Amino acid sequence: MDLIDFGLIVLRVVATFALLLIVTPLNIWAERKLLADMQNRVGPDRAGPWGLLQSFADAIKLFFKEQVLPTKAEKWMFLLAPVFAVVPAFLLFMVVPWGAPLTFTIDGVERVVPLQGTDLNVGVLFVLAMSSMAVYAVVLAGWSSGSKYPLLGGVRATAQAISYEAALGLAIVAVVLYSSTAGDSGGGTLSLAGIVERQSGTLEAVLPQFGAITQFIPRWNLIPQFVAFVIFVIAAIAETNRAPFDLVEAEQELVGGFHTEYSGSKFLLFFLAEYVNIFSMSALAATLFLGGWNGPTFDSILPGFLSAAMPTVWLLIKTYVIVFVFIWVRATLPRMRYDQLMTLGWKRLIPGALGWLIVSALVIGIRRFGLPFV
Amino acid sequence: MTFADWLSDPVNWVYLAIGAAVVASAFRVVTSQNVVHAALFLVATLAGTAALFLMMSAEFVAWTLVLVYIGAVIVLFLFGIMITRAPLNVEPGLDNPKARPLAAVVSLGLFVLLAYTSLQAFGSDQLTDVGTPTDTVTLAESLIVRFVLPFEIVGFVLLAALVGGITIARRDLTPVEEEERGAV
Repeated sequence: MDLIDFGLIVLRVVATFALLLIVTPLNIWAERKLLADMQNRVGPDRAGPWGLLQSFADAIKLFFKEQVLPTKAEKWMFLLAPVFAVVPAFLLFMVVPWGAPLTFTIDGVERVVPLQGTDLNVGVLFVLAMSSMAVYAVVLAGWSSGSKYPLLGGVRATAQAISYEAALGLAIVAVVLYSSTAGDSGGGTLSLAGIVERQSGTLEAVLPQFGAITQFIPRWNLIPQFVAFVIFVIAAIAETNRAPFDLVEAEQELVGGFHTEYSGSKFLLFFLAEYVNIFSMSALAATLFLGGWNGPTFDSILPGFLSAAMPTVWLLIKTYVIVFVFIWVRATLPRMRYDQLMTLGWKRLIPGALGWLIVSALVIGIRRFGLPFV
Repeated sequence: MTFADWLSDPVNWVYLAIGAAVVASAFRVVTSQNVVHAALFLVATLAGTAALFLMMSAEFVAWTLVLVYIGAVIVLFLFGIMITRAPLNVEPGLDNPKARPLAAVVSLGLFVLLAYTSLQAFGSDQLTDVGTPTDTVTLAESLIVRFVLPFEIVGFVLLAALVGGITIARRDLTPVEEEERGAV
């Protein structure tokens, strides 16, 4: 590895980080505008054209607000909790591939630059590890505030995160299992780039017996793994503590939940983490189920640099479809009761995900090895 | 190889720094007088251990450690602490000075045992090709093919523990209680 390689690594990590920092304020604006539309309001419209700069104005305001430290709070844990919220949120996106690998020739040496923070060969495990780390922020914030409502919010968050993490993980396991059959090189992979690569092309490669129509259907995991997709999205909404699973910060009963005592820039960090998590989870869903950055690049029509940017555009479009679902669900469904939340998690999603995993395994096994005892 | 040689490699400085942090936080786990702090120092210990695994290019083990222990086990600890009692201040009762000599003997004995067996097993063998992460496929092959029997036995033991846990935690309701529950 020479200096240029090192520079390229730094550059792509910075680019991934910058991408998140750019889209997050826009996502907050988009959510407020969409919610306003769905509720027949106008939404933010003062700062900048169509209120586009509202999130930036809010961020600046929060940064300059007074730093309040409750007298009963435990100082260091109280300060550490927002950091615990932001760090896993950003790290989660580091393994998501957000574009096709670019090939440069610098000084006569050909260099392939994958457009993602890093391509871990255990990317899926890393994603699960980071999403389970996120619960520390809520627990620590709730505990260290030295106040009743945050503590209750923290306890709820822990129970919720533990319940839905299992369903999330099991849905991903089904996808990993399925992609092991789709590899041209054979064998499965836990790398997200590998899972994306296994979704390229059309359905014709898998099911040629269905005729010409399969040439026009992309080979996304969405079609064979639709059940896993539904479970994944529900669990992802619960993991990010969004409505209708936002019992963690239920305003009517818990004031603000775990972040009741937080203000100013510390609150801003929690807020930032929530929206980064929504974007990362949606990008993850797009990567696992909607073919990631795969899509037509229009090489013959568009100039080179534009067709090189097309995969990123495709990923962003797919991601925003899921982000829209997140917002749509928030505007549509009322918050669930605590027992309904637990029933859905433990009695529906986890057995459903387990059952689906068994069904997938059976189908894959029969397709590969034939029926037993025949 | 002398200690000075060993220290001349910058990688070993990192190892030393992480190792020292792991030992220090492990020490704080047992000496801390606040339950939540103790649990968090355990997180630091486990995170350091995961970092040491990463240094040996054992990515799978490292991230599994983070996922299972930091992400699930300690979270359950914290959950348990919070639904029972969550004191913000120190609890002097957590520190038990009388048990210190015994604890010292046990931990020293464990350390000697582990160090001795590791040295016996590996001696001065060195890890080759550190820096290329271990392929998950290779790991899976050794786990599911070569070590499949121990793997299944461990799985069975865990299942037994799970069933045992349920039986201990859930006692059957008496007929009176069952009637009361039905009435609600």
